[in-house]
Amino acid sequence: MFIPHTDADRAAMLRAVGIEKLDDLFKDVPARYRFPTLNLPTALSEMEVSRELQDISLANESVHDLVCFLGAGVYNHYIPAAIDAIIRRGEFLTAYTPYQPELSQGTLQAIFEYQSNVAALTGMEVCNASHYDGATAVAEAVNMAYANFRRKRTKIILSPAVHPQYRQTVRTYAEGSPVVLVGDDPQIDLKADPDSLIPLIDIDTALVVVQYPDFYGRIYDYTKLAEATHAMGALLAISVNPIALGLLKAPGYMNADIVTGEGQPLGIPLSYGGPYLGLFATRKEYVRKMAGRLTGETVDNRGQRAYVLTLTAREQHIRREKATSNICTNQGLMALASTVYLSLLGKNGLRQVAELCFHKAHYAAQAITNLPGYSIWSPAPFFNEFVIQTPTPVSEINDLLLDHDILGGYDLSQDYPDLSRHMLIAVTEMNTREEIDRLVEVLSEVSNG
Amino acid sequence: MGEPQLCDISVSGRQGINFPQPDVPLASFPEGFIRDDLPMPELSELDVIRHYTRLSQLNYSIDTGYYPLGSCTMKYNPKINEDTARYPGFAFTHPLQPIETVQGNLALMYTLQEWLKEIGGFAGITLQPAAGAHGELTGVLIIRAYHRSRSDTKRDKILIPDSAHGTNPATSAMSGLRVVEIKSDSRGNVDLDALRLECDDTLAGMMLTNPNTLGLFDEHVEEVIRLVHAAGGLVYGDGANLNALLGIIRPGDVGFDAMHFNLHKTFSTPHGGGGPGSGPVGVAAHLVDFLPAPVIGIIEEGDQEMPPLYGFITPAKSIGRMKSFHGHFGMLVRAYTYISMHGGQGMREIAEHAVLNANYLLALIKGTYHLPYNRVCMHEFVVEGQWPDAPEVHALDISKRLMDYKFHPPTNYFPLIVHEALMIEPTESESKETLDAFAETLIKIADEAHHEPELLKEAPHITPVGRLDEVKAAKELVLCCGVATLDK
Repeated sequence: MFIPHTDADRAAMLRAVGIEKLDDLFKDVPARYRFPTLNLPTALSEMEVSRELQDISLANESVHDLVCFLGAGVYNHYIPAAIDAIIRRGEFLTAYTPYQPELSQGTLQAIFEYQSNVAALTGMEVCNASHYDGATAVAEAVNMAYANFRRKRTKIILSPAVHPQYRQTVRTYAEGSPVVLVGDDPQIDLKADPDSLIPLIDIDTALVVVQYPDFYGRIYDYTKLAEATHAMGALLAISVNPIALGLLKAPGYMNADIVTGEGQPLGIPLSYGGPYLGLFATRKEYVRKMAGRLTGETVDNRGQRAYVLTLTAREQHIRREKATSNICTNQGLMALASTVYLSLLGKNGLRQVAELCFHKAHYAAQAITNLPGYSIWSPAPFFNEFVIQTPTPVSEINDLLLDHDILGGYDLSQDYPDLSRHMLIAVTEMNTREEIDRLVEVLSEVSNG
Repeated sequence: MGEPQLCDISVSGRQGINFPQPDVPLASFPEGFIRDDLPMPELSELDVIRHYTRLSQLNYSIDTGYYPLGSCTMKYNPKINEDTARYPGFAFTHPLQPIETVQGNLALMYTLQEWLKEIGGFAGITLQPAAGAHGELTGVLIIRAYHRSRSDTKRDKILIPDSAHGTNPATSAMSGLRVVEIKSDSRGNVDLDALRLECDDTLAGMMLTNPNTLGLFDEHVEEVIRLVHAAGGLVYGDGANLNALLGIIRPGDVGFDAMHFNLHKTFSTPHGGGGPGSGPVGVAAHLVDFLPAPVIGIIEEGDQEMPPLYGFITPAKSIGRMKSFHGHFGMLVRAYTYISMHGGQGMREIAEHAVLNANYLLALIKGTYHLPYNRVCMHEFVVEGQWPDAPEVHALDISKRLMDYKFHPPTNYFPLIVHEALMIEPTESESKETLDAFAETLIKIADEAHHEPELLKEAPHITPVGRLDEVKAAKELVLCCGVATLDK
């Protein structure tokens, strides 16, 4: 199919190599295992495979079929058509990592612009070329903080309001290292504000991790937490939703040392969980401790402005077992998508989207709390996501919503046993007033018993 | 002059896309939380399209030319993959939807798990890892957990051949294991004597790339695995070079306990200028219980009337979660499409032609470039990019000169054990004509190296930029445009 050789080519090539048949190329392979029969379905033509994949995809109900109020770290935002037009270009899509800068200025300048946009959005000074997703970006923040204190500080404080899957990922990554993860004990008061973490911070603490808005959608000013963290010499990492930063004060201005985040809301499709984009920004003083690729501006031997991967001595291909991370392939194309997204929306468009999310979410929250049996869980301010206490178990409500072609909110009892009958509802610019009214109407059927 | 930066072409008041006016009453913003600065570029849609289209034209890519980068498997990325991954039923499903609404996704993932088991000879698969290095971390954490589950806690040593990719030692260190390097013998295999010396009761395992980064199939692979197993260790396979083995041998059959697949190499998903990749891991039966959670399984058997119900299963001794959600699903759809178009026989044809192309190219140039290990190669080979009678010319100069002939250079200076290494991987999707033209150019450059070395030293001449000042980049660290405006 994708092999261009004719019989004549093969014969000429075998002659040039000095062998008679293709099998002769594999004499080093142990004979008793050689040439297994692979039990795979018969090969399909492009026409057949496109039909088959279409059929498989139609067994799903997408957010085009259902009205989506599900978020929990991944959001259904509008994706401008121009993004796919750019990222589908073969020159970006089918290029390798830009190790040969003379042939990769397009990718390198795009990464440089990505670094610039993310640094500006987060209020930080430097940003790497990406991690895999929001979860692994937090795990890399833990690695970096641990290495920063020369492996002497071993305590990591994780707020219980950090995404449950991010905390699980951090735990897996930490399995082989001496770091101890505290702060998200199941007994903890989930409603407490982030300052309740302050008593846990001591001189053995390397990093405190919080989320903004937090997993329950709440927004807090972490300035005081940063102060308390720095007073003990530790670092503060804030995991962000980048769309919220179109409206809300940047974490850099709260004195975060590391800002991570899930970049999916920036023009990347839901795609059932990936590929997404791990944002990672920090202060200039920590740039040599940061993992991942980094593009710097320089000049070429003709005196032109040009870009190149820099500080590569931090990375695994040079430092091998002494590198702080093994990351190699990252999310290059997704970083490009987010850069095109931010470039298209710009200052005013991003603010517009963030405000639409904010207003629509507040309209929905107000309407739902007006229903008997429903109340909002936390009085803290929120951005586009909020927790509702429900009169019956969330799974039952969601079944009913699904009957009305509505994808309900996230059932928090899956991760927090104390939060049975608590639903996390997300609203974006994609939700019309009519859709929100329909959600409220179906919820009211439950409240009326 | 080059393409301006976004911040140079930004004009206050422009916007590339507009959104509807609010259709709900406006809520009041919480006090003290609203930012007053948002230093983002301001451009029209046409500005953005032209800027990024021009940038794309500064790139070299598989779609525009031959890309023989060793160990990267830069094969053609079929366009149908890009279509199928974008079918709305796939692209617009949320990862936390109820499983009843995403049976298509789960069926596809389940089937892909089954296919990768069959191709690799493994008993279980996780699709979660995001890239090759992430797969390595998954596999090594599984090996570590396996020993711990048997209260065999003193096993903290991992063996890595000196030809290995840098991610192998970095992964092992991240997993809390001690790395011991094993040298290669004179034929490019793992040195068995060096290996025997390290096979003791502290051995957790070995990370082995086979074929190795020299493009050679280890002639003693069975003995290597036997020695590690006899000492109680497990063998992790770095699947970076699996393209040579599809339908030729199944790593699980020879005794590899775990291995990652690089869907972005072997199974044609695009490299995207540095990702996203996808690095599923296959494991043998004794490691299935340790796979990351969740894996995709059948939770209710089907019958003639009803298909089975697919869902998530948490393995009994799972190492936990490696990332959020279920892996790079979009990449899984592409790989599924590619495997569907090949079948079992097609898999074997991929490997046969990848290996034929490498040996053909090698035959054309080995009279001109020194081949340190003179054996039949697999999908790639490594030659030296220097000659004793032209010592001022380096592999780097040859690489840069290739650009003047509109070829992407091979991988340089890797593996570390070959002097001035040029590592060349043609892939099966390249025609005889392309290989002939590439070989002819390499031979011509060798001649230039001896007679007009300045052509190489000053290359490249025709690329958008010439050789870069890397020292300046690292010293001045300009990492963002418009930095001044970001200072608080």
